[in-house]
Amino acid sequence: MTRISVQVDGVQYTDEVEPRTLLVHYLRERLGKTGTMVGCDTSNCGACTVHLDGKSVKSCNVLAVQADGHEVTTVEGLAQDGELHPMQQAFHDNHSLQCGYCTPGMIMASIDLLNDNPHPSEDEIRTGLEGNLCRCTGYQNIVKAVQQAAGSGQS
Amino acid sequence: MTTIDDRPAEGTHEIGASRTRKEDRHLITGHGTFVDNMVLPGMVHLAILRSPMAHAKITSIDVDEAKTYPGVVGVFTGADFADTQGDLPCAWPVTPDMVNPGAPSLAVEQVNFAGDAVAVVAARSAAEAADALEAIEVEYDQLPPVLDLEAALADGAPLVHPNTTSNKCYTWVFDSAEAGSGGSMDEARRDAEVTVTRRFLQQRLSPSFMEPRSTLVQPVGEAVTIWSATQIPHILRTMLALTLGIPEHKVRAVAPDVGGGFGGKITITPEEVITTLVARRLGKPAKYTETRSETMEAAHHGRGQIQDITITAKRDGTITGLDVHLTADLGAYLRLITPGIPLLGAFMYPGIYKFPAYHMSCDGVFTTKVPTDAYRGAGRPEATFAVERIMDELAAELDMDPLELRRKNWIGHEEFPFTTVAGLTYDTGNYEAATDKAVELVGWDELRQEQARRRESKDPVQLGLGVSTFTEMCGIAPSRVLGSLSFGSGGWENASVRMLPTGKVEVVTGISPHGQGHETGFSQIVADRLGIPFDDIEIIHGDTQVSPKGLDTYGSRSLSVGGIAVVKAVDKVIAKARRVAAHLLEANEDDLEFEGGSFSVKGAPGSSVSMPEIAFAVFVAHNLPDGMEPSLDSEAAYDPVNFSFPHGTHLCAVEVDTETGQVKLVKYGCVDDVGTPINPMLIDGQVHGGLAQGIAQALFEEVVYDDAGNLVTGSFVDYTLPTAADLPSFLTDRTVTPSTDNPLGVKGVGEAGTIASTPAIVNAVVDALRPFGVQDIAMPCTPERVWRAIQSSGENTQGAADESTQAHFDTTEGDA
Repeated sequence: MTRISVQVDGVQYTDEVEPRTLLVHYLRERLGKTGTMVGCDTSNCGACTVHLDGKSVKSCNVLAVQADGHEVTTVEGLAQDGELHPMQQAFHDNHSLQCGYCTPGMIMASIDLLNDNPHPSEDEIRTGLEGNLCRCTGYQNIVKAVQQAAGSGQS
Repeated sequence: MTTIDDRPAEGTHEIGASRTRKEDRHLITGHGTFVDNMVLPGMVHLAILRSPMAHAKITSIDVDEAKTYPGVVGVFTGADFADTQGDLPCAWPVTPDMVNPGAPSLAVEQVNFAGDAVAVVAARSAAEAADALEAIEVEYDQLPPVLDLEAALADGAPLVHPNTTSNKCYTWVFDSAEAGSGGSMDEARRDAEVTVTRRFLQQRLSPSFMEPRSTLVQPVGEAVTIWSATQIPHILRTMLALTLGIPEHKVRAVAPDVGGGFGGKITITPEEVITTLVARRLGKPAKYTETRSETMEAAHHGRGQIQDITITAKRDGTITGLDVHLTADLGAYLRLITPGIPLLGAFMYPGIYKFPAYHMSCDGVFTTKVPTDAYRGAGRPEATFAVERIMDELAAELDMDPLELRRKNWIGHEEFPFTTVAGLTYDTGNYEAATDKAVELVGWDELRQEQARRRESKDPVQLGLGVSTFTEMCGIAPSRVLGSLSFGSGGWENASVRMLPTGKVEVVTGISPHGQGHETGFSQIVADRLGIPFDDIEIIHGDTQVSPKGLDTYGSRSLSVGGIAVVKAVDKVIAKARRVAAHLLEANEDDLEFEGGSFSVKGAPGSSVSMPEIAFAVFVAHNLPDGMEPSLDSEAAYDPVNFSFPHGTHLCAVEVDTETGQVKLVKYGCVDDVGTPINPMLIDGQVHGGLAQGIAQALFEEVVYDDAGNLVTGSFVDYTLPTAADLPSFLTDRTVTPSTDNPLGVKGVGEAGTIASTPAIVNAVVDALRPFGVQDIAMPCTPERVWRAIQSSGENTQGAADESTQAHFDTTEGDA
């Protein structure tokens, strides 16, 4: 067991974890942060995407011990005082989710995309989200949401 | 930037408004209720050991060491449950002599596909359960795999199941002359001026819902509650009870948030049964969540058919007959509706065309592969693919424009209702209007000019144009029709409406959504009909304890069957309220008008009473008509009078790089007619997602087994779902030809995009390469296959033709 100290969605946690524990399992099983989903075993689907020190990572590809001393933001940490993050609002406004399973990861990846490139073209959005799979939407309305969020000047 | 004002303007209707969804808030903030998110006190986690062999006798299993692993609470094999697990149900014996060899959830003596469940570990954590799997020792005595469908049917083929005499499960036949719905196919063949025969291959696909299947079972005395990632909680309840011998009233099934289904969650799974067995044996809540690799190797696949199809016609392009023979890969076992899936397409091969004669036969075949069952469209994508591909082949044979050939043979809008050669009566449609609009939408004529220019200049990147003019049968289904097909259930749907004292409304539906947006759409319907604000309506579903009756969600039935049940229940509430209103207004019921949620006396606008006022009056029950029961609440069950027949025209353009074989979808436009739109935004969402899946069959996805029956495409690394970068933005539009078979005029939309799009894409790829002598390319049209097709064509200058690249399950795929 290894002791780690991680700030998740603004709260500091200190826990003993097995060195093999994936960050996504730590978030879901230890912290109850079940907003972050697991959709595959091969880091293809991106459902588990969170921000580690502000940059998107697939939390199935990060060990919990690697997050020691760092800050993690999950989809559950985005809305502030009941106010949706502009990307969450954009996903709602544009019908960018159906079953909602890929949505947390998709939102986190989309925010990171705009952090890197505040005014992406449609092609840049599509390429930028290539690491996140959605089976419901055909991606069209997800692209629209990112365009809306980019247009709002906030990301 | 687009902003959407989703609120209908004052005085307008909810129906037809692009309301944003009620369902979204908890999902976008990370508060989904997916089964794997649930934890119960004392809960154990399960992990399942699966067969690494496609076909083998189990000679021994040693679980002793696994039992000593940290955290392990129990280890069980098929032998432990042999007397109690029963057989997984198959609800569709398609012929009286259909062979069902049985389907144990945990293999007892023999495994029949790589991934068959062999043992299960229960442990305090998921990681500990997975660790202990590695300590289980299983000895197998290998049997020959049964993979090729035609070889499986040959005399002397090794048998998948030792208790059968053949790998054939059934042969099902439809003949229009025998059915009295059309002429003789033999005569059509004899008299044909033109005959075109093709073999098309429907590769196996994985439904690939994003949420892996997950089940949590809590035993409570002799009762159980099962939460499952399922599309069919009601059917699960009944079938679990029958399978395990638990009295039905002791089973509660709950489908909380479900992360997509696409047909992949319409079955009773071995994992649901195993989880129930273990939970009951241990007397503890037990949860099983599969890994994605397990989804690929053990959750059912879709498609998997060889289609031999012949079309006959006159020289002028008038079609005279259609003959289809299917060889359907059922896999190792019959799941809930495995044998019926090809037959859901059997009535749709004639599509939108006026074939005078039709013959169809289907052989269902057991193989040592994952069972097949429903995947979005279920039989109808296969049918639509075959007829839309063969229409293009016929057009090429006749040197006719593919659209012209279709126009010559489709049912004219003035000919509805029209009874087809397969015996279905299409209520309404307007194929001309949808096609004209689609031609305009994509700029078809300009695309043809661009194609000609590239052909002329021998551009290495050729343009291909694809057509699919489709209809489908959905809205499953009239119970009598299901009965005539020996289906083990009806096709009705149930709804009830509860009026609360404060004027709010609860609507309980028997359908079970998993992403479609039914809470929003149904709220719009109820709001308009009952005159209650959209936000004051709650749609309740997915728990057999609160929604005790229903037949769930599949076959694009939720709106056209479930939605109509809601309408019927609402109408009963209004009828009861009318009686109360008449009493309160001291008027005759016949003199009352109901408008905008209020009853008023005709000609006396000053006097009115609103639905919330009536609800409260009924709640207190101080002043009701004599003898009236103090309740407005109402329930309705609705059995549809007919299937629903949405249709549309899908047109696309692909660029084919003739040097590399790369296919790029550059334009996709579709005009769908789904009857009266309830929520255009939700319709577009269904179409977009459906298109992506249909396009994926044409270009990207394929389940592949190697020669030993091992699954090669066992993860998302190898099974290639399209990403955002693989797809363009789609152009969508609608025509509206309301259904005459239901009071809302609606038709199903959930499967349309998937059903229509696959042939449009393949037609486009073949169209690009017709000058090269290419007549077909097996799906998915990967760069390698396209390149090989070009190399093996008449235009090839580099070597001999390679037959295997055209229309075969492909001998090359094992090399990938």
